Amino acid sequence: MQFMLLFSRQGKLRLQKWYVPLSDKEKKKITRELVQTVLARKPKMCSFLEWRDLKIVYKRYASLYFCCAIEDQDNELITLEIIHRYVELLDKYFGSVCELDIIFNFEKAYFILDEFLLGGEAQETSKKNVLKAIEQADLLQEVSTQSVTSEHLCKCIATPQ
Amino acid sequence: EEAEKRANMPAVSKGDGMRGLAVFISDIRNCKSKEAEIKRINKELANIRSKFKGDKALDGYSKKKYVCKLLFIFLLGHDIDFGHMEAVNLLSSNKYTEKQIGYLFISVLVNSNSELIRLINNAIKNDLSSRNPTFMCLALHCIANVGSREMAEAFAGEIPRILVAGDTMDSVKQSAALCLLRLYKTSPDLVLMGEWTSRVVHLLNDQHMGVVTAAISLITCLSQKNPDEFKTCVSLAVSRLSRIVSSASTDLQDYTYYFVPAPWLSCKLLRLLQCYPPPEDGAVKGRLVECLETILNKAQEPPKSKKVQHSNAKNAILFEAISLIIHYDSEPNLLVRACNQLGQFLQHRETNLRYLALESMCTLASSEFSHEAVKTHIETVINALKTERDVSVRQRAADLLYAMCDRSNAKQIVAEMLSYLETADYSIREEMVLKVAILAEKYAVDYSWYVDTILNLIRIAGDYVSEEVWYRVIQIVINRDDVQGYAAKTVFEALQAPACHENMVKVGGYILGEFGNLIAGDPRSSPLVQFNLLHSKFHLCSVPTRALLLSAYIKFINLFPETKSTIQEVLRSDSQIRNSDVELQQRAVEYLKLSSIASTDVLATVLEEMPPFPERESSILAKLKKKKGPGAVSVNELEEGKREGGELNGGGERGGDSSSTPSPSADLLGLRAGPPVTAAAPSAGSLLVDVFSEAVKQPSPTAFLRLFVCKNNGVLFENQLLQIGIKSEYRQNLGRMYLFYGNKTSVQFVTFTTTVTCPGELQSHILHIHTWNSLEPLIEGGAQVQQVINIECLTDFSDAPLLNIKFRYGGALQNLTLKLPVTINKFFQPTEMASHDFFQRWKQLSLPQQEAQKIFKANHAMDTEVLKAKLLGLGMALLENVDPNPENFVCAGVIQTKAQQVGSLLRLEPNAQAQMYRLTVRSSKDTVSKRLCELLAEQF
Repeated sequence: MQFMLLFSRQGKLRLQKWYVPLSDKEKKKITRELVQTVLARKPKMCSFLEWRDLKIVYKRYASLYFCCAIEDQDNELITLEIIHRYVELLDKYFGSVCELDIIFNFEKAYFILDEFLLGGEAQETSKKNVLKAIEQADLLQEVSTQSVTSEHLCKCIATPQ
Repeated sequence: EEAEKRANMPAVSKGDGMRGLAVFISDIRNCKSKEAEIKRINKELANIRSKFKGDKALDGYSKKKYVCKLLFIFLLGHDIDFGHMEAVNLLSSNKYTEKQIGYLFISVLVNSNSELIRLINNAIKNDLSSRNPTFMCLALHCIANVGSREMAEAFAGEIPRILVAGDTMDSVKQSAALCLLRLYKTSPDLVLMGEWTSRVVHLLNDQHMGVVTAAISLITCLSQKNPDEFKTCVSLAVSRLSRIVSSASTDLQDYTYYFVPAPWLSCKLLRLLQCYPPPEDGAVKGRLVECLETILNKAQEPPKSKKVQHSNAKNAILFEAISLIIHYDSEPNLLVRACNQLGQFLQHRETNLRYLALESMCTLASSEFSHEAVKTHIETVINALKTERDVSVRQRAADLLYAMCDRSNAKQIVAEMLSYLETADYSIREEMVLKVAILAEKYAVDYSWYVDTILNLIRIAGDYVSEEVWYRVIQIVINRDDVQGYAAKTVFEALQAPACHENMVKVGGYILGEFGNLIAGDPRSSPLVQFNLLHSKFHLCSVPTRALLLSAYIKFINLFPETKSTIQEVLRSDSQIRNSDVELQQRAVEYLKLSSIASTDVLATVLEEMPPFPERESSILAKLKKKKGPGAVSVNELEEGKREGGELNGGGERGGDSSSTPSPSADLLGLRAGPPVTAAAPSAGSLLVDVFSEAVKQPSPTAFLRLFVCKNNGVLFENQLLQIGIKSEYRQNLGRMYLFYGNKTSVQFVTFTTTVTCPGELQSHILHIHTWNSLEPLIEGGAQVQQVINIECLTDFSDAPLLNIKFRYGGALQNLTLKLPVTINKFFQPTEMASHDFFQRWKQLSLPQQEAQKIFKANHAMDTEVLKAKLLGLGMALLENVDPNPENFVCAGVIQTKAQQVGSLLRLEPNAQAQMYRLTVRSSKDTVSKRLCELLAEQF
């Protein structure tokens, strides 16, 4: 996979992950072009399209579009399920995830993605294992933030399921 | 919607919330305008800057919060030019979340500041050696996300060790494998697997499915580059696959996805196997075939779930298995089964499956085993072309029709594509036009059908008919006299339409100018009617078309003398003879003059029917390949057109014509000199070819040699007495040279003898086998004799053979020794290759002695066309669109000697400003590089 973009129905970019080196300018250009292309497509259309020399695989979940660019030899259907598994992971972690969760906890969305995909390839496809890694990290931070200000502690609401 | 209800307050934050961050994000979301957002951001940036610069040391939490805000601002699309140092500080925090945010910031906002990189690498190094698996993973994720060369230099040695160490945690192994993959992709030269190879391959056997899933991506990438070193992975992959395929849907616990066991790993295993030919070991192969059959069988079983995830995962494996079956292209049974399965998908209610089935069938169509099976689906595919609502699916259907086309169904497919063109999306029309044109030509049995098809193309999609297409129809009509009358009649009819496309006028003008006489017998298409019809379009056309029409008119004067006065009248009118366009004016003036002063015979000779075009590969095919890249055309076509070499990512841009398929000169009459060609062919009339008038002076014998490096024909030597002309031809490692000795005096030469010698070790490098028609010892005054020399190149050489000539002229002995222009480059065989291959080979020839380089001043004007002609004359293939700098030239060729073949690559970089060149030659043999460089440095 060369990159993954999450954007809203209004075309706002919510998450971007690049697995190939590109300049900021190129990234912005690609994002603009793809957001436009994907948003212009009708609901029943196929989830794949050729774009430059890449294949775009996208799927809409509620108000968010998940869009991956893969190479010629990569498998479209399994990429579609990569997207789905990522959504499941977010869902499990946030508890019925919505766009706002990803906006306000964008760093978590990146952390979860890094546990699941690395360098554009599936690293760990077991939902349990990915969540275990993230939960361990959350536990670590709770332990280490015990001593910080009280204001901070009371904001620390989470014990993931 | 829940999202909207919560829109104005911070979402519940998991883990450790950063209140300030949530408030800030909320503020941004509440901004009513872009200006307000920018204002709020600038305020925040000023605040953070002052915190970072302030005297009070920030605690880790605040630092983390501000760094996270900066990251958020950056991800919103704003520039961030500070905060890197604070992020780097976070890396060495012993609090996990602070470290984590630090790494995230660094991963997203890499900065090439070398001081920072040193610090970052230090922090990573500490974490990698911390033995704390969560820290190690964070560090590995960061390396994988950044993937820079600096990181590869620092860590490419360490990571393989971590990957294979016995005490490494599984999660760390997974990250290490993919981290290494990323580094290998950016800096393959720095990632050396060497001693680790076998242990890495054996990760395929690891108990932990996650480790296998991660490691296999690395192994696949490494296998593509070094298939031999990794080939033991094949049998391991087959047995792993076999275990997964035969497992029950619950066996693999959390690696089962919607009742499909390990779909990601299965796909990756099947993908890895596509890096190799079918397994040689019978048992392994049997097991694999069994797996593939099982996968095909499962496709027929009722689904275990109605969820789309179930069918997607299952079909992902199926499609990957089909790709492998197509890759092997050796199991007819599996190929046909695959084709039948895809046939079912063609009518599936899921658009995605129809799309993929069409795509996959395209490759099946090019296999001899499944071509017929694919053809049985023609009606479904045609229906898809007509009824699919999604243009990307229709595009796939059109591609498949193109791929499945053969002589038996060409008429049907072309007709369908033509009718689709009328409503086709603009984005794909040009490509469709090219495809129709190619199919029509390729499968034309009677050429009247071909002519009809192309004229229909112009009628339906004239704007998308490129030059290549209409040039081609003219070439074909000119070369086939059985279709000329029909073509003339058809274009005449087509031109009757009140609004016809300019391309139709071009084709019409050309064809009537050549073959209008074939329909002139019919009073309805008498010469004058034809002329008036053409001329009625004249004023609506662009300048190039008008120029073409003027040429058609002068041809009419020759074909039909009765039109002469009418046409002269037109040419004489101010709008022609005083046209503000120089080209039109010149044509009008010249044609008018030609028609009035030339005798009928001269006119008939000058305006003779065009001779047949040399048969060559269709330039349309080349164009399609250029548009679509190599994957777009079927295997057969690639075989046929191997020399072309498609370029990836060429879509959309219209490059210049490929050198091997020059378009016909725009001047269709051929009255003007042709474009500069490579080695000028000798004119048939004179044996002494005086191509190079500059050579007629008295340069030293070796100077003559220089003139022949890029040319095979010309004057080798000339003085007051004698002229020696030369013509030579080379094939493989053999050459034949014709020498012509002309006596320029009126007195005979007596005892005329010639000897060819190969001095020194040249004897063992070149063998001149045979000298034909041993010369008469006498050359009469004004006469010329011919001698033939056969040459064989045994191994590469630097020196040239010597030609010694002795004769008596008026009693005085003349003794002359010349070098024969046999240079190593004469034995070049051009090699076309794509950019990727070129650079790969270039890298392979990286030993210092394999390269020779010269930087030299230009001796001649730096004219691109002349340079190209010289490089072509050198005998290598001149590769277009390979060098990223279009000013540069790159060439590839193989020198054929009896002993061996020497692959050579060349790059010439002109610097127009400095009037200098840099020439670099790389060959598999050092002496060849050196010699080529010497030879060529004198050429420009």
